[in-house]
Order: sequence, then structure tokens, then C-alpha cells
Amino acid sequence: MSEPILKLENVVKTFGSNEVLRGVDLEVAPGQSLVVIGGSGSGKSVMLKNALGLMTPDSGKVLFDGQDVTQSTGKPREMMRSRVGMLFQSGALFDSLTVWENVAFRLIHKERMKRSDAKERALATLKKVRLGSEVAGLFPAEISGGMQKRVSLARSIISEPDLIFFDEPTTGLDPITADAINDLILEQVRSLGAAAVSITHDMPSARKIADEIAMLFDGKIIWRGPASDIDHSGNEYVDQFVHGRASGPIQPAM
Amino acid sequence: MSNVSTHKTGFPNPLRWIGAGVLGLFAEIGRLSVFAGRTALAAVTPRWFLGQIWRQMIQIGFFSFPVVGMAGVFIGAALALNIYTGGSRYGAEQFVPNIVVLGITRELGAVITGLMLAGRVSAGISAEIGAMRVTEQIDALETLSASPYRYLYAPRFIAALITLPILVAAADIVGVMGGWLVSVFSLGFDSTTYLRNTIDFVTTGDIAAGLIKAVVFGGVIAIMGCYQGDRSQAGATGVGRAATLSMVGAAVLVLASNYIMSTLFVELGL
Repeated sequence: MSEPILKLENVVKTFGSNEVLRGVDLEVAPGQSLVVIGGSGSGKSVMLKNALGLMTPDSGKVLFDGQDVTQSTGKPREMMRSRVGMLFQSGALFDSLTVWENVAFRLIHKERMKRSDAKERALATLKKVRLGSEVAGLFPAEISGGMQKRVSLARSIISEPDLIFFDEPTTGLDPITADAINDLILEQVRSLGAAAVSITHDMPSARKIADEIAMLFDGKIIWRGPASDIDHSGNEYVDQFVHGRASGPIQPAM
Repeated sequence: MSNVSTHKTGFPNPLRWIGAGVLGLFAEIGRLSVFAGRTALAAVTPRWFLGQIWRQMIQIGFFSFPVVGMAGVFIGAALALNIYTGGSRYGAEQFVPNIVVLGITRELGAVITGLMLAGRVSAGISAEIGAMRVTEQIDALETLSASPYRYLYAPRFIAALITLPILVAAADIVGVMGGWLVSVFSLGFDSTTYLRNTIDFVTTGDIAAGLIKAVVFGGVIAIMGCYQGDRSQAGATGVGRAATLSMVGAAVLVLASNYIMSTLFVELGL
């Protein structure tokens, strides 16, 4: 396996007395699509935020392209973020900006590109996610949830990152729109040659976009393997989750 | 479950309760101070988002003119009426224009503007930033390599520092006009004499005192709004609570800082 683009080493994160991550170890190779599955409240989003630097682990390490970025701020952190894209669960589009301004945000504000050039790039990227120029001037509140996800996807790929995080990319979408988003994710990740880390509890989505699947339970990765092995993992926790059974070793989050 | 320990009888231990409260207060002051320091640093060092600053100046300044104007005119009018009533007990009615202009420029113009904006602006900023926090827009900003301190908080801070003195100057003028209106049309003062007394009595120091307070109030209002918004908890309740806390916090800090500055100005002979 080549040098991982992202590596988490024994990452621990606690909130008060609640130990959410109890030593997560994870590696993602360049160009690989890894999906992390796990129940509600299992710490998937916390793991993602620690990997992104939006939270700092209590202990353990986060390495990006071989560099320890666990505690980094300033330029090293900016360097990492310039090579990373993120699609948030809610889309997280900026309400006060139009669709094309959202997509071109990094180009205008970080790369100091001229607005006219940035708009041109934004329109080209919107086209990649099957959105026409007629939506470019609208505000996020004026478009549907599925369109918002596609705009958010466009924003995450516009600077051609080496690693893209997807936080529950299909949550809240109907099955057809969700499948279309999965197709777009696959298409864009493959065309960029980027690595992808997705977290989801949507199994059809996981099966479609994953090269490998890992399961997070009780603050640790308890299983990892090729996506094709998910139905015969030999792990009772994975089996219960994949088949969506209420009875088994995992207690429903109620 | 409370984190305050209880006696064996089941009653809370009052000393621990007080201790936890005091520690919590100091922790909050510490967090607020660090936040204010980082925002101020972002405000005085490049890069500045001029478009954001301009947009906030319109939001905070321009759209506050009506409410500040209305408050100013009514405060000035009520002040004139009360000074006339009180002054007439000692035959000192002629001092109405002097005391109105002194009260408005040194205290009321700035304080009323500060309090009105603690409600309109601080709560508004807090609700907006709180909504951005809970919908992950602030996280998104960070992943796009944009510091929320530079892109969100500093523009609001700078805009408030610039627009508050302008609003207070407007409140001063409108407040004095409110006093003039009542005095001339209700209390029988001569218009020219009233205005002449006002202009002759007020000093540059009186006006400067109000404007200096306005700058401080601007900072307090913006910081409280941004801070509470940034710390907003999830959900409509969390955002609503952040807006309430920012408004109450800003109003209390406006009044407390006003007292401190008034004391300082008196000591300095301003």
C-alpha cells in the first residue's frame, strides 16, 4: 500500500465524561474511497471533524500526506485544507451568497482569483454536477435539497483536492436523488483521482461509492474490509448493522 | 443531572455551588476575553474583507437610523419636560436647553443608542452567526481556508466601531431637537433663544465624551453578538438563547462601561 494520504493513529476524543472516540486507527490511500459506517451517535462526525482539524483530539495523531497535522495551525493547516474538500451533511452553503459565489468561494477569497474568472470556473464546475447556469444566480434557499447537495459537491471539488470528505451525503434525499448524488460522487472522485472518506449509515450509498468499508462502534474501528465483503464480514456487529436488525449486540440508539 | 455535589441529606452543598458558579464565571470571562482579543487582532491586521465591512455598516448603521432617531427624539422631549417640571420648583426653568444638551451629549444619546443596538444589532448578529454555527456554515468557512474571525467577526466589529459614533451623533442632534420641539411648542420657550443657549453651552468635550463611549459600545455590542452566536447550541432553542444572552450581556456591559467611562471622564476633567 502506498503512503496513506490520511492516517489516524489512536485518536481519542472525550466530551466531559463521554468518551466518543476511544482510539481510532484509520488509513486512506491516495485515490481510495473509504466509507465509514456506524449507528447514530457512534462518533462518525466527531471522527471526521478531528481528521479535518475542526476539532483537536485529546490524544493520538492525525497525519495528512505523512505530515503530523494534529495540532497544526496557520500555514501548515492552510496547506492541508487547500488540498482537502468537504461536503457537509446539511450542505452548509452560505445563505448570503449566490450559488456561484458559494462554489467559487475559495477561488475568490483564498486564491484571489478575479470574480469574472472565478464565475467562469464555478459555472464549469456546476455543469459537472449537472446544474445549469440558470441556478448560478439563485440563493441556496431558492433551490431544492438535492440541488443544494450538488452545489456543495461542486464547492468541494472546484479546487481539485487530493482528499474529499463526505458527511452523510445522501441524508434527507429521496432514493432516486440519493442515487444520482452517489453517481456524481463516484464520477467526480474518479475523474479527480482523489481519495474519499465518506461517513454514512445509508447502506445502498455505502455499497455504491466504497472501495473499502470500515465500521465504527463504541469509539473504535471494529471491522474493515473490501466493500464486496460487507455481506459476509464474519462480524456480528457488522451483520446486524448491514441488515438493519433491532436485535443483536448493538443496542438501538433510543 | 447537576454536577454540584450534595450533602448526605440530599441538599446541595452551598459552598461547592458557589465555587462552581465562580469558576464558571471566570472561565466565561476568560473565553470572552480570548475571543475579543482574536477578533480585535483580526480587525487591525490584514486581510480585510471590505465588501463584508460595507455590508455590515449598512446592516448595523444605516438600518438603525430610524430606531435611534425615534428613541432620541422621545428621550429629548421627555427630558426637557422633566427638567422643566423639576426646574420650575426652584425657578430654574431657563436651564432646560443647557441640561438637555448636556444630558443628551454626555450620557443619554450614547446610552440609549447603545441599548437600542444591544437589542437590534447584538441579538441580530448572534442569531445570524448562531444559525451559521448550527448549520455548519462556520465549519465550512474553515474548511475553505477562511477564518471566521476575519470573514465574519472582524467585519462586524469594525462596522460597529465606525457606525456607532455616527449613530450617536445623530441621536444627539435628534435628541436636542426633541427637547427643542417640546420646549418651543409646549413650554413656551423662544426658539432662537433655546438654540442659542444650547449651542453656547455645549462644549467639544461633552460631544467627544459621548462619541468615545459610542466607540466602546460598538465594540461591546459586536463582540457579544459574535461571541454568543459562535457558542450557540444546536436547534432553534440554542440560537434563541444565544440571541437573548447576547442582548442581555451587551446591555449590561453598555451600562457598566458607561459608568466606568463617565467616572474616568469626570476624573480627567473631560
